[in-house]
Amino acid sequence: MRTKYENIVVELAARVTVPFIFLFGMYVVAHGHYSPGGGFQGGAIMAASVMLLRLSLGKERSQKIFPTKVAIVLGAIGLIIYAGTGLITLFFGGMYLDYSHLPLFEMHEAELRYFGILFVEIGVAMGVYGVMITIFDYLTGD
Amino acid sequence: MKKWIAIVIIVVFWGILLFVEADLPDYGDIDAPANQHVSPYYIENSMEDTDTPNIVTAILADYRGYDTLGETTVIFTAGIACILLLMKSRSNED
Repeated sequence: MRTKYENIVVELAARVTVPFIFLFGMYVVAHGHYSPGGGFQGGAIMAASVMLLRLSLGKERSQKIFPTKVAIVLGAIGLIIYAGTGLITLFFGGMYLDYSHLPLFEMHEAELRYFGILFVEIGVAMGVYGVMITIFDYLTGD
Repeated sequence: MKKWIAIVIIVVFWGILLFVEADLPDYGDIDAPANQHVSPYYIENSMEDTDTPNIVTAILADYRGYDTLGETTVIFTAGIACILLLMKSRSNED
């Protein structure tokens, strides 16, 4: 938003809650294996916390904390992580996105797939996070 | 006139969809093809295959990994398109 909403209550409430919202988003990503959630949902929650900062602190201060240019780069890195995980399995003798060929330590196939899913979810989360913030910033004109 | 043509087309397609819908299996039907082949496999083997208790995550990221890669690409493309469109409109204003 271009202008800051001048209110000490709103600003303080946002500053207190934003770290916890962000942490909850990371929790949702990390626990995608055990509970409802995963990359898309966690990335959306993390992006929502940055949007709250944008709305409450105003353009200048929130752009200092998380600039728009970093957001779209993060989105691209997330997509590269996803596609790169597939390419790595391709180079180590498997099919594309066949996580059982990941070159990690000596692990069973199922465990390798577990970590493959985790990498992919992190990539998806970064992609959704970056793209949602980018769209929000360009729509609101920051 | 144009409006009536549109209404007739919509009604005809609605009728075709209703006619075809009668042949679809019921919601939650055990004998439906979708519930006969892949679903039991996922429920029985996803824990062994991927070590992941959440079957939805296992399907989303592992069994259907290509699909999710495509979804992520679509989202990223949406972001890029948003940047391109809104940047252009802003430079026109100036």
